[in-house]
Amino acid sequence: MWKKDERIPSGCAISGFINRCGRKESGEAILRSIAAMHERSNGLGGGFAVYGCYPEYAACYAFHLMFESEAARDRVEEFLRRSFVVQGAEPIPTRSVASITDQPLLWRYFLEVRPESLTVGNTFLTEEDFVVAAVMEINAHFDGAYVASSGKNMGVFKGVGYPEEIGRFYRLEEYQGYLWTAHGRFPTNTPGWWGGAHPFALLDWSVVHNGEISSYGINKRYLEGHGYLCRLGTDTEVIAYLFDLFQRRHGLPLSATCLALAAPFWSEIDRLPPEEATIARAVRMVYGSGLLNGPFSIIVANRSGMIGLNDRIKLRPMVVAERGETVYMASEEAAIREICPSVDRLWYARGGEPVVAAMMPLGAEAEAEVA
Amino acid sequence: MTSLVLPEFLHRVDHQRCRRCKRCVMSCGFGALQFLERVVADHAKCVGCHRCATFCPEGAITIERNPTALRYNAHWSEEHRKAIWRQAESGGMLLSAMGNDKPYPSYFDHLLLDACQVTNPSIDPLREPMELRTYLGSKPERLEFGAGPDGKPRLTVELAPQVQLETPLVFSAMSFGSISLNAQKALAMAAEKCGITMNTGEGGLHKDLYPYSRHVVIQVASGRFGVSPEYLQQGAAVEIKIGQGAKPGIGGHLPGEKVPHEISETRMVPVGTDCLSPAPHHDIYSIEDLAQLIGALKEATRYEKPVGVKIAAVHNVAAIASGIVRAGADFIFLDGFRGGTGAAPTVIRDHVGLPIELAVAAVDDRLRREGIRNRASLVVAGGIRSSADVAKAVALGADVCAIGTAALVAMGCHLCQKCYTGNCSWGIATQRSELVRRLEPDVAAERLVNLVRAWSLELKEILGALGLNAIESLRGSRERLRAVGLDQTTLDILGVKPAGR
Repeated sequence: MWKKDERIPSGCAISGFINRCGRKESGEAILRSIAAMHERSNGLGGGFAVYGCYPEYAACYAFHLMFESEAARDRVEEFLRRSFVVQGAEPIPTRSVASITDQPLLWRYFLEVRPESLTVGNTFLTEEDFVVAAVMEINAHFDGAYVASSGKNMGVFKGVGYPEEIGRFYRLEEYQGYLWTAHGRFPTNTPGWWGGAHPFALLDWSVVHNGEISSYGINKRYLEGHGYLCRLGTDTEVIAYLFDLFQRRHGLPLSATCLALAAPFWSEIDRLPPEEATIARAVRMVYGSGLLNGPFSIIVANRSGMIGLNDRIKLRPMVVAERGETVYMASEEAAIREICPSVDRLWYARGGEPVVAAMMPLGAEAEAEVA
Repeated sequence: MTSLVLPEFLHRVDHQRCRRCKRCVMSCGFGALQFLERVVADHAKCVGCHRCATFCPEGAITIERNPTALRYNAHWSEEHRKAIWRQAESGGMLLSAMGNDKPYPSYFDHLLLDACQVTNPSIDPLREPMELRTYLGSKPERLEFGAGPDGKPRLTVELAPQVQLETPLVFSAMSFGSISLNAQKALAMAAEKCGITMNTGEGGLHKDLYPYSRHVVIQVASGRFGVSPEYLQQGAAVEIKIGQGAKPGIGGHLPGEKVPHEISETRMVPVGTDCLSPAPHHDIYSIEDLAQLIGALKEATRYEKPVGVKIAAVHNVAAIASGIVRAGADFIFLDGFRGGTGAAPTVIRDHVGLPIELAVAAVDDRLRREGIRNRASLVVAGGIRSSADVAKAVALGADVCAIGTAALVAMGCHLCQKCYTGNCSWGIATQRSELVRRLEPDVAAERLVNLVRAWSLELKEILGALGLNAIESLRGSRERLRAVGLDQTTLDILGVKPAGR
């Protein structure tokens, strides 16, 4: 496995779509979409995140794990049994694809947190804190084991190969989801490190990322100060952890999180109406170490929606389109047109301005159907 | 007693080129030159400040290091022997000025910055915005929002007061008394123009500087000179001075003969009185006393400005800094052992303290480990020579760098290290009116503005090469530094990888 303290830069393709009413479809569409950007990958990493895929285990944290050996699996399973109630455990179904070799052991576990494990001495943890700590523990301290995803009713399927091959390998056409994201990777060397593929996920946050975070060094130190361990050898993991820190732990509004990650320039802030300027200034002052500096376009998802975000001087492409209640985001227009030839609206996301595609509240679905 | 110490410099005049204009004679603040039909030098008095040579219209003056050789001895260096002679002659402590000039390693010179190639683009500062703005003051660990009447998020906490700096540089504390009023005026004018701050030092704030008070950090030191309610109302921030990099643990002494009318008024002491700054504050004998003074100053300034604490970098600096943050300081001014001074016992200046690079790394680490890094800004000083030093200090964890010596050099200082004599030929470290007059505040301010501008441009260039467009993305980002020729323990302290890894 790749040495965990080295970082590999990479270029990339990303694509994602969400049906805001929660209507599900199989993995075939996202596969075609990401395959349309074959040129942007080099066969050294591809992956998918899907939401809504485990309705039968909706209350469980679905852990997708990669193991280098049976021994690593034994150690981690022992740890999981000790920490959680294991409601289900099975190998992730795959099919053989000629170009995909050297795959690790791929397993998934459906886990419930024991209420009593949330009290440690006098400290009370939330379930999420407990799960995050477990993920960090496995990634940092169990050699040859790595958590690919850990959210409820969602999963990340990734590996070394072109994304369309990875999708076939994981038999994604057999899954149903209302939100899919995909990533094709072009890393600059050949670590053959399955854990280094995107999406990166923590709880039900997932991130696909095209670009490189030049501020990785300080983002990482900042996160380490908050108990996150960056051990996966790519810069993208900091994005997932920053979302978790800002949104879940600090309870920031989404707009403030986006202000922190892709902050407006001071000169823009100075021209804002006073109240907005106060917020933007405070966010930059307090969360400056979380500013993602350097080229990126990202699609961040969780169970309730999908956010597209570009770096503040837009050094990476991102196209957004809408068709009915479905919102598409991708590195290239072709990836959208491939699966939705006629869109209602299509635009290029501006630097630093988040595009938010949230799930519609219950009941809105019926209206949307009428419309 | 006859001195056994030979002159350090030899002052040579090319009498063929000399037009006998006597400008050099008038230039010398140290009385080294006389006109007896032609210019005659008393070499022993020459300090090598180059004022005469710089302004000789004929270029007829050269100043050489005295080549007269003492027998070489690696252990009993010339310097040691001369020091012993001087002490045998005077029976006193040897004095020095400016910073430690001994050849201790400079860790800045063992650090290299990163740059982008291919995978992430570098950014051209001539085409793209590049941000250096920095806020000095305490920040909370997190923000809290509620919903406003319009349903939009609204901040429910108010931030502590901050000082806005347009570039991560400030001028270090230099008191009126240690430097001239004209020098202070130049610093204040330049600070205003650059959107940064100057610092009064412990000598109070002269009325002439009140118009610049939004760009002045006012100091409260152990002598409390010039401290009054009115003084505290001036200023963008208040700084409690505990220590100074050039003389950790040592107080100050401005002799009465250097306290003429203007200084007496500003310091609020009678003309001709010795101004003694005790080594410790007489009301601070522990951290809880410091917490009280911080609290009292915040109260006195109605919580409208940041209150910080200046300390010298000493061996246990990380723990001290942590205590100071917990005592409520909004910023820490950390002064390394290369920091300057107007006067210090040579033995202290040259043998006490820590290199600033190690100190800032240790302090930044400790504050992060304790989860209190956001609570205070780190101002870092003590031998910052160039924009490269600034960038490296920021990458190690500094919020802001402070420059004292570099600012003096910009105004004309040649580092002759004789500030304590009060004879500065450049009109900077003197109160002699005929010398002070030569430092034109407007001109000196322009030189300072140019320096700050030049360093800021260079910082932008460095950021652009790093693929960053805001200084906060470099702050504490030690991943962007690599070290050459440092041992593993030092690397661990700096938190930097060796070059090639």
